[in-house]
Amino acid sequence: MLESFLAAGLLLAAPILLAALGELLVERAGVLNIGVEGMMLTGAFVAAVVADSSGSAGVGAVAGALGGAAAAALFAWAALVVGTDQIIVGAAINLLALGGTGAVYRAWYGTTGAALVLPTLPGVPIPGVATIPILGPVLASQNVLVWFALALVPALAFLFRRTGLGLRLRAMGDHPQAASSLGYRVRDYKIAAVVTAGVLAGLAGSTLTLAATNTFVEGVTAGRGFVALAVVVFGRWSPWGVLFGAMTFGLVSALQFQLQAAAVAVPHQLALMLPYLVTLLFLVVFPGSGSAPRALGAADEGR
Amino acid sequence: MSHPREWLRAAAPAIAAVLIAVLFTAALAAVVGANPANAIGALFAGSVGSGASLAATLLRTSPLLLTGLAVMLAFRSGVFNIGAEGQLLVGALVATAVATRTGAWPGQAVVVLVTGAIAGALWAGLAAWLREQRGVNEVITTILLNFIALYLVSYAVDGPLKEQTGAYPQSDPFPATAELWRLVPGTRLHVGLAIGLAAVLGTGVLMSRSALGLRLRSAGLNPRAAEWAGFSVGRDLFLAFALSGALAGLAGAIEVAGVTGRLYERISPGYGYTAIAIALLGGLRSGGVLLAALFFAALGTGASAMERSAGISAVLAVAIQGATLLAIALISRTSWKGLASSSTSSEAESAGA
Repeated sequence: MLESFLAAGLLLAAPILLAALGELLVERAGVLNIGVEGMMLTGAFVAAVVADSSGSAGVGAVAGALGGAAAAALFAWAALVVGTDQIIVGAAINLLALGGTGAVYRAWYGTTGAALVLPTLPGVPIPGVATIPILGPVLASQNVLVWFALALVPALAFLFRRTGLGLRLRAMGDHPQAASSLGYRVRDYKIAAVVTAGVLAGLAGSTLTLAATNTFVEGVTAGRGFVALAVVVFGRWSPWGVLFGAMTFGLVSALQFQLQAAAVAVPHQLALMLPYLVTLLFLVVFPGSGSAPRALGAADEGR
Repeated sequence: MSHPREWLRAAAPAIAAVLIAVLFTAALAAVVGANPANAIGALFAGSVGSGASLAATLLRTSPLLLTGLAVMLAFRSGVFNIGAEGQLLVGALVATAVATRTGAWPGQAVVVLVTGAIAGALWAGLAAWLREQRGVNEVITTILLNFIALYLVSYAVDGPLKEQTGAYPQSDPFPATAELWRLVPGTRLHVGLAIGLAAVLGTGVLMSRSALGLRLRSAGLNPRAAEWAGFSVGRDLFLAFALSGALAGLAGAIEVAGVTGRLYERISPGYGYTAIAIALLGGLRSGGVLLAALFFAALGTGASAMERSAGISAVLAVAIQGATLLAIALISRTSWKGLASSSTSSEAESAGA
């Protein structure tokens, strides 16, 4: 019971964690990308199409990452190269992805009427993991992208706190002019961060179609990209905080299955509301604005 | 604005938007294997080609216009309200409670709209309170409140507000006294459109011609300078949230009292999210929001017709909306740059020019 609860929570947290870590990276570099939902949806769709035609979930996930990166490249070009407002570009990408994937999905698959059944991402049998009490069975059942998401948390924490690259990225998010006057090509760093975040959002979408649901439906992300945006703020712009936020969300989401299994008389709509309500209450009880990058969302000065 | 060239400059984005939409539709029609000329023909015929289709477009304009104005008012005031969707839903929810659980009485429709607007204002006020008192960024709270509102509606129509017959998860139909009166007999066009147009004028005058508008805009452009100028930024911020939420809540109340006549879970196809694109496409100006809302509504109704006659999914309209928003922003980026992020101000530039 506990194992299945934790395992479900981790699987539900993984896509949000991946997308939120990507968003954390770009926001640290001073870019506000509200198009993460669209990038995630693009990744979910491309992963589904490629996994379906190739028969391989692994190939599908790689394609999903590239799909997210392509959407991110469009964002980077419009917002950072041309210099269009980041919020407008993000909003446009969300609309483009929702309409584009929906229309193409219906044109390619809609006529059959049957739901797409996709191959599943493989688990990672790491020797010895399964023997750990409680956590062992939870972790042993997880797919490769869940492991990747978890490994990314300490990696990003190390990047931000212990490396010159991380320091430069944070400097660009706080004082882009200062970083620029030191000779760093601020725009190139931001573009790299955005495309990397696109890869992560694409993988997040792949997790949805290739592990969580094993099918694609229109708007399959269902606002998870926006939840990822919220989790970055909730996590106070720190990788460990983001992990905490995503896990809280995933575990509370998993709770509804437990409630149903235990036949607790809670209307299912209220159970579905729980993760959002808990996150909100948490913010009320433990306030604090945290440390938002100071030049977040600021227009690039043309460098 | 009297000079013809000025008019042309003002109309240029609108003309460009239509051209981009047409080109993008043709390209996507070709991609999915349909005849581009048929698709474009259906798009026009279905949105503005007849009295009935024009009425359908105007009917769809109301919620987009009011939520678009709600987002515009918030963004101009430095409030990043992503929560128009939730405020609309709560407005519709409370309006439905008043309409279906208090009997039928004269003047009910007015009370239905007013309580809907108040509910939206309070829902937004929650985010304002959290920002002011607890320092929680409104982006996160309004997003969370959207989902909470969605599940509240879905619970209510399957619980306390479920229809008496109990057949479907939806509310009872509104009594005639709670329904909005029709503007044009024989169409479903209702007084909500007139309210939307009044809101265009109201928000325009408020933002550009009133002392409160000046305070709100200065809070949006530079909150510290506004504070130094002696403005009570905290109180103004609350007002910005509340007015924005009231407009969105009103949109929800109008939708149930004017169009659907009852509440159900999928009452909004994401009006509150589309509103962000509309507000931005409209350049965060009341008149611009009106044009953008009309354009998005026409795309929506036109795409439904296109689906029926040319076999292209209506969801394509969403992609066209996105492409238009992006293309227009790319073309006119110099005048809009940083408007929403309030880092650089076209406001200050145009004021100085």
